Amino acid sequence: MAEPVLSIRGLRKSFGALTATDDVTLELRRGEIHALIGPNGAGKSTLIKQIVGELRQDAGEIRLRGEEISALPAEARARKGLARSFQVSSLASEYTVLQNVVLAVTGAQGRAFGFLRPALSDPSLTGPARRALARVGLGAREGVRAADLSHGERRSLEVAMALALEPAAFLLDEPMAGMGPEGSARLTELLSGLRSEAPILLVEHDMDAVFALADRITVLVYGAVIATGSVAEIRAHPEVRRAYLGEEE
Amino acid sequence: MIREPVLNALILAALLLVPLGALAMDEPFLITLATKVAIFALAGVGLNIALGLGGMVSFGHAAFFGLGGYATGVLASHALNYDPLMTEPFQIEGTTQMLVHWPVALLLSGLAALAIGALSLRTSGIFFIMITLAFAQMIFYFAISWPAYGGEDGLSIYVRSEFPGLNTLDPIQFFAIAFALLALALGFSSLIARSRFGLALQGARQNEARLRATGIGPYRIRLVAFVISGMITGLAGALFADLNRFVSPAMLSWQTSGEIIVFVILGGVGRLFGPVAGAGLYILLEHNLGGLTEYWKLPFGFLLLAVVLFARGGLIGLLAGEKRDG
Repeated sequence: MAEPVLSIRGLRKSFGALTATDDVTLELRRGEIHALIGPNGAGKSTLIKQIVGELRQDAGEIRLRGEEISALPAEARARKGLARSFQVSSLASEYTVLQNVVLAVTGAQGRAFGFLRPALSDPSLTGPARRALARVGLGAREGVRAADLSHGERRSLEVAMALALEPAAFLLDEPMAGMGPEGSARLTELLSGLRSEAPILLVEHDMDAVFALADRITVLVYGAVIATGSVAEIRAHPEVRRAYLGEEE
Repeated sequence: MIREPVLNALILAALLLVPLGALAMDEPFLITLATKVAIFALAGVGLNIALGLGGMVSFGHAAFFGLGGYATGVLASHALNYDPLMTEPFQIEGTTQMLVHWPVALLLSGLAALAIGALSLRTSGIFFIMITLAFAQMIFYFAISWPAYGGEDGLSIYVRSEFPGLNTLDPIQFFAIAFALLALALGFSSLIARSRFGLALQGARQNEARLRATGIGPYRIRLVAFVISGMITGLAGALFADLNRFVSPAMLSWQTSGEIIVFVILGGVGRLFGPVAGAGLYILLEHNLGGLTEYWKLPFGFLLLAVVLFARGGLIGLLAGEKRDG
């Protein structure tokens, strides 16, 4: 079998007596959307933070394309090809939509030390940035300040910035949160096509989206993985139904 | 509201026309005041790269201003005393050439900014402010206690340094030098602000986590900006020493750091011409209010308070409105 793009083994993280991540092992394979679900407080965000490098794990390893990355700072992991979107939109709010994405392209090119040429008149930056914006449907909004965007547009901009990084793997933390049904549907379609470019680890509360998109699902409860499997397997899993879906049939 | 580029052009024109008018009316003191504005503005342009673009509130830029001043003072005093700067392992003579003073000032303040920045930038917020202040104070006390170059009394430069083809003792010609350097620094600053580097630097100010997520480490970006910032302020210091023909530890004092911050805040933080407007207003008030009362800093304090409370964009923001990017 092909090597997984992102591989997490035996990851542990505690905050005092609270075990936020309890021996989590997870694989993100080529071409898949892997949904990470779990009730509030299950440790999804803590797990994502360890993968992107915002938090350091207590034990375990994180490999991206076979390479151990868990000692690297967040920016180095991003350069290795890990693109994340934030759970709460995190943008350069004084910048326009285009400037935000140009910033991401600058990072992707690894060349932030250009001093003389205006970034916005450099087609090697604006070209990929505009393509990413067009894909998320923000093409007509490139001159608007990020602070003036609607909530849904901000979520889309997050995704556009991840796209602009042309990463090896996407980590999308609730990309649909708070989006209207129309935006949600559009994003679902986009993500569905995206998996052939790079696999997606998707944290999402919208179960319709998860069941529509995911190839595999991992269920996290109290920091531990209680099940991993296909959509059908997870739907049928008794423990999952009890712990998470809350059904009592 | 005036469009910001128009306002900038007006400010630059005013700074150029005042000394020219003073020349026509034979008012050399006004020319000297305008030169002072240009030099303070240059110091502010330097700080504005760290403070305005990068959000790094440095309370230690007097260190770079003073080091630039001492670069000029030390080199010139050796030259004027026919006393080599060093003899072992090889002989280095002093010089009265600005074209040598400036690179030395740039190098010295750049190295100091590299060392101070490398340590200070590991912190942020109030700690960054305090650590930059502490470093500047260290250099201040070093200058006071080192007798070789005048210690507390400072160091006189008997003859203003030379520039090829110009008579620097003529106030208007010295003004021209200061004005040209200010214009260059403003041009450079404007390029930087719109470049990839400037985009990343201002991105680091707005949202550090976002910058990391795009693969850009904020530390190196900020450090480079801090060094550029310190160098420009250091260059201003070299000119200031020549303006006064005198260098003293006062240039290194925390009051000087505060004044440079005031130029930037008064004119508009992060606005290209903010430091020029701020330094101009400061000198104008110092000259006029200072003529009325020794305690002119009291009303000045209220003005500064009003700017901070009601006009965050400073003078530029008041006249040109909110900052527009791109």
